[in-house]
Parts: sequence; structure tokens; C-alpha cells
Amino acid sequence: MTLQLLLVQLLNGAQLGIILFLVAAGLTLVFGVMNFINLAHGVQYMIGAYLTAAIGAWAGSFWIGLLLALPTCLAIGLLLEFLVFRHLYDRNHLDQVLVSFGVILTIEEGMRALFGSAPLNVPRPEGMDGGVMIMPGLLFPTFRLAIIAAGLMVAGLLWLVVDRTRVGMRIRAGATHPAIVAVLGVDIRHLFMLVFGFGAMLAGFAGGMAGPVLAVQPGMGDSVLILAFVVIVIGGVGSIRGAFVAALLVGVVDTLGRASIPDLLRLFMAPPDARQTGGALASMLVYIAMSVILAFRPAGLFPVRPTGPMA
Amino acid sequence: MQRRMVLGGVAATALLPSVGRAQPAGVKIALVSTLSGPGAALGNQIRDGWLLGVKLRDGKLGGLTAETLVIDDELKPDSAVTKATAAVERDKVDFVAGVVFSNIMQAIARPVVESETFLISANAGPSTFAGKGCNPYIFVASYQNDQPHAAMGQVAQDEGYKRVFILVPNYQAGKDSAAGFKSRYKGEVVDEVYVPLNQMDFSAEVAKIAAAKPDALFAFMPGGLGINLVRAYRQAGLGHIPFLSCFTVDESTLPAHGDAAVGLFTTSTWAPDFNNEASRKFVSAFEDTYGYVPGSYAAHAYDVASLVDAALKQAGGTADKAKLRAALETASFASVRGNFRFGPNHFPVEDFYLCKGVKRPDGKFATATVRKVLSNDPGAYTAECRMG
Repeated sequence: MTLQLLLVQLLNGAQLGIILFLVAAGLTLVFGVMNFINLAHGVQYMIGAYLTAAIGAWAGSFWIGLLLALPTCLAIGLLLEFLVFRHLYDRNHLDQVLVSFGVILTIEEGMRALFGSAPLNVPRPEGMDGGVMIMPGLLFPTFRLAIIAAGLMVAGLLWLVVDRTRVGMRIRAGATHPAIVAVLGVDIRHLFMLVFGFGAMLAGFAGGMAGPVLAVQPGMGDSVLILAFVVIVIGGVGSIRGAFVAALLVGVVDTLGRASIPDLLRLFMAPPDARQTGGALASMLVYIAMSVILAFRPAGLFPVRPTGPMA
Repeated sequence: MQRRMVLGGVAATALLPSVGRAQPAGVKIALVSTLSGPGAALGNQIRDGWLLGVKLRDGKLGGLTAETLVIDDELKPDSAVTKATAAVERDKVDFVAGVVFSNIMQAIARPVVESETFLISANAGPSTFAGKGCNPYIFVASYQNDQPHAAMGQVAQDEGYKRVFILVPNYQAGKDSAAGFKSRYKGEVVDEVYVPLNQMDFSAEVAKIAAAKPDALFAFMPGGLGINLVRAYRQAGLGHIPFLSCFTVDESTLPAHGDAAVGLFTTSTWAPDFNNEASRKFVSAFEDTYGYVPGSYAAHAYDVASLVDAALKQAGGTADKAKLRAALETASFASVRGNFRFGPNHFPVEDFYLCKGVKRPDGKFATATVRKVLSNDPGAYTAECRMG
């Protein structure tokens, strides 16, 4: 692997990591602050992608689609919270898993009924058609760089909100000591709703940004959701900083693993075996990394509970 | 069972108010297709192609009122077996047709065949039924699974590509695809990459392709995988490397690909621009009825309806199974593919074409024929078949 190819693969990994971070940020807040397992978080990502694609196609502009999709995602998130999830905060995790799984099935079938089973065409983001030539013969698309930039901005913004504002303080307090926060007179339900809606919007933003590079189809949220759970477990449940570091780690490990493991195995294995084993090993690598990290740090890289500052 | 719908009968009643649904001298067909989940884009094509074939014959096949039970196999072999068994045992269907995926075909074949009901595939063509496992009650009207991939290998060979990069998903059909391609391509394979079926992004693979600088890429990436790959391929500026593919660029995915897939290659038994009367009639009726461009999935299903129609006429009904079987083997009908006949293993002996994605003048995307690659190809397993 040349240095340029390594750089391209690192950028690819960072871009995947950023998408994962945007999904995981909401998930880790909802899980960490509300102790609520929301499997339907991946659906919010899918909704974001569909809305961006559909509104974008209607308006003839990807950016207008993305802009209008964000408040709609927020509204859908709040609506789901009001109709379904609000009633589950006090239930056990099994109930939460079952109901949110039901929400996945319902919304995915709904999307299929509305838009069909075939993947959707997404309008190309205007002004971002080109790419940067990092390696001879290969363009790194500008839009993928834009995803990385947008993700870094969101990460910075989240850090500001969670670490430097009053709402952020309440969220942090709610994550570690929910009972005390409630006793102090903070409307914890209201806080939860805010966190939930905001998380849904972030996931929708991730979906919207992923639309032009990935396939927009029912079920697109499921594969992201699994990786997002890996991210929040590695990062430490409830920690935004942990989610950020873990997302980049997962993105880079996954990409570099796919890119290099089959070649590495070929050094001491027959090529056909190396391909088969390498392909299988590369797709396991993220989970192996998770096991290793959890073996040394059972609460993740940046544990929130029971002690230690968050984010 | 809730998903089962009686459609053929309804269509028939709408057209001919005097004909009741439970006409005694009718023919019953169970159309097994994948209508939910990610495979539904293909399953819908098969259902629509079949229903159009019945509808254009005024709801009759071989002069008998046709009743179609549309069955969603949900791409779950266990649920497909339950539903197919119910169709043959309880509903006493005369034919089981359709079937998108090979694993579903493998699962339902036994109960269907044991009840001496004809199973006619409109898409799945697993090798298990093409050679030693061929069966008097099994017909495959599409192709043997290896053939489109082998045809693409022939294309790479004909074009004189010295170095080809192979990219397939890491499961049985992916391995078969690479093997099929290599059965006719004799040049150097610079790299063979297997990706997980749930892969989201192809940027890492695309970078590898750019670094390997092959003469051409061969890819088998069905459904959403293909969309992701084609996008990454185009966005990375690799469009100048010929993109040879199977089941990646076709009418089921072209609406999502859009302009990105124009000029990308695929192999097929049929494309909507085929210039024969049956094909022209089929395409215009299909687009009028369903509002989208039919792919080879719909075309094969439509051909199955024509096949059943011709065989029933020839055999004079469903009563004599031996006669009906002989009629299916030799039935002559106007296939949308033009050249079509069954080989001794009940798989087609047919032509394969190199096609590419195009944008039609009406703005819709379709595949268009480039040239014929293989003529009267019988597939690789015919010699092993000893039909009981």
C-alpha cells in the first residue's frame, strides 16, 4: 500500500466514522441520559435520507431537501416520543427493545409502501461534483470531504452545548443523577423530550448526508444502527466525546481492515484462502476490536457512570 | 397466509363480467414471489410480468380461466415451504410459478414436485436442478445461474482485457459468480475482493481498484450494494475503466442509479429494446399498465405465462400430466427473447447479450442491447442430467 493509498483509506475511514458519530451521538444521549434503548434510532437515519431525497427531488436541489428534512426529522422524532417512547421510560429494557423493534418494522414497511422497495435516486449535491486528486487516477469526492467537515462542526457544536450551556449541564446531571435532578425541580420529562428530538434530528442529518454516497432504501438504518451500538459501547454509554473517538476508531479500523487484511493474509496463505478468510476477518474486525477494548475497559473508553465527568 | 391475494380471478371478472371466479374448468397457479423485504423490487417485477401475461389473454391461459394465487415468500425458506405446501395440497394448484431467489427455489422444490405439480421458475436457476438433480416436474424458464456471469467472462475475453479486477459479495452466489466469470475469461485476475453482504460503503474497494489500474472491473452487486458501488465508482472518477457487471445495472436498480449507470455494462437474456413483435407488445403494455420499465425478471415471468398458455393448448388441459409435461418441453410460443427452447434438463437453450445502461428519450432509464455474446448456450450442466 502506498502512502497516498493509505491517506485515501484513512479519509474513507474518517468519513464512515463521521456518519457513525452523527447517528451514535443521539443514541448515546438517549441511552445514557434516559437509560432508554431505542432500536428505532436507525429508522430516524433512514427517514432523514428518504426525506432529503424526496424533498430534494421535488425542489430540484439537494441542499433545500436537506434543509427542509431537518425540521421534519425533529418533528417526527418528537411525535414518536410523544406517541410511543414516552410511555416506555419506566419500563424495563426488554419492553423498550420490543416496542422500538416494532417501530422499526412499522416505519420500514410504511416507507416501502410510500416509496417502493427499490432504492431511491438522490439528487446530486449542487456545487460538489468534483473531487480532490490525492492519488493518481482516483478522485476523493468533495462531498465526502464535506461530510467530514460537517461532522466535525456538529461535534464541536455538541461539545459547546453539552459542556458550556445550562441545558447541557442538566443533560449531564440527568445522565449521572436523574433522581436528584428531578428533585431539584428540573422537568426531566421535558429534558428527555428535547434530547430525544435532537438525537432524532442528528440521525436524520446523518441519513441526509449519507444519501448521495449510499443507497437510500428500506432497511438502510439497520446496518448503521448495529455499528452505532458498537460505537457507544466502545466510547462509553452517554459520552459524546467517547462516541466521537469510538466512531472514528470504528470507521478507520473497518476501512483499513477491509482494505488490507486480505493482502496481509496473502503473505502466508494461498490467495483464494486469503480472500475468503480475509473478507470474513475484515468484517469481524470491528467486533474483535470492541471485545479487546471492553476486556481492558469494561465501561468503555470514556465511562460516564458512576463517576467521572461526561464529555 | 394473510398476504395471499386472489388477483387473477378478480382481473378476469373485471374484464368479463359473466365469468365467475370459481369456474370449474379453470387452471390454478400459485405465483411464489418475494414481495416484502429488500428483494421485493425483483419480486414485484415477476408478479407484474406474470399478471400482465394473464391479463393480455383476457384472464385465460390455454382457453381456461386462470386463477392466480399470489404468494409472498418473504425471502424466508421456511415460510415459503409452508405456503407452497398449502397451495399444492389445499388449493390444489396446477402450477407453481415465479420464484426470485435460488434458496427459496431449493426449499419449495421438494413439496411441490412430490405432489406432482409443475414448478416453473421465472428467475432462480440453481445448478442443483440443472445437472444430476434435474426433475421431470421442474422447469426453469430464465437461465442457469452461472450463465450471465460466464457470458460476461466471454465479453472480457472477446474485448481482449488483460487484467480484470473482480468484486463480489462474500456468499455462495458471489463465489459462483466469480467462478462463472472465470470459466470463460482466461486473462489475469489482478485481485478478487469479497465484501460482506451488508456492506454500506465501497470507498475502500474503489481506492483499491484505482491503485490496481485494471483494464476492466467485473462486479456482481445486487440491489443496494450495486447502487453504493456505482456511486462510489463514479464519484472517484473511475468511469473510464469499463464496468462489467451482472445483476447490478438492470431495470430494478436503474431508477435509483440514474445517470450514474449510463454506459455501464451488464449481460442479459433480454432487454426492453429487443426488436421482435412479442417484446414490443410486452414492453408497451407493461409500461402502460404498471408505469415503470420492465426488466428481464418481468420478461421471464411474462414468458412463463406464454409458456403455460401454449402448453395447455397443446395438451388440451391439465388432466393428463405426462401429456402436459411433454407439451411444456416442446411448447412453441412467441418468447419476448425471440430465440427460446428448453434443453433436455428443462433449462433454456438461449442467447446472451451484452447490454448497457441508457437514458431513453422519454427520460426513463433502461438497458439497451450492445451485441450478442453467446448463441444457443445450453449451460454447463446439461450433460449430467438424466431425466427420470
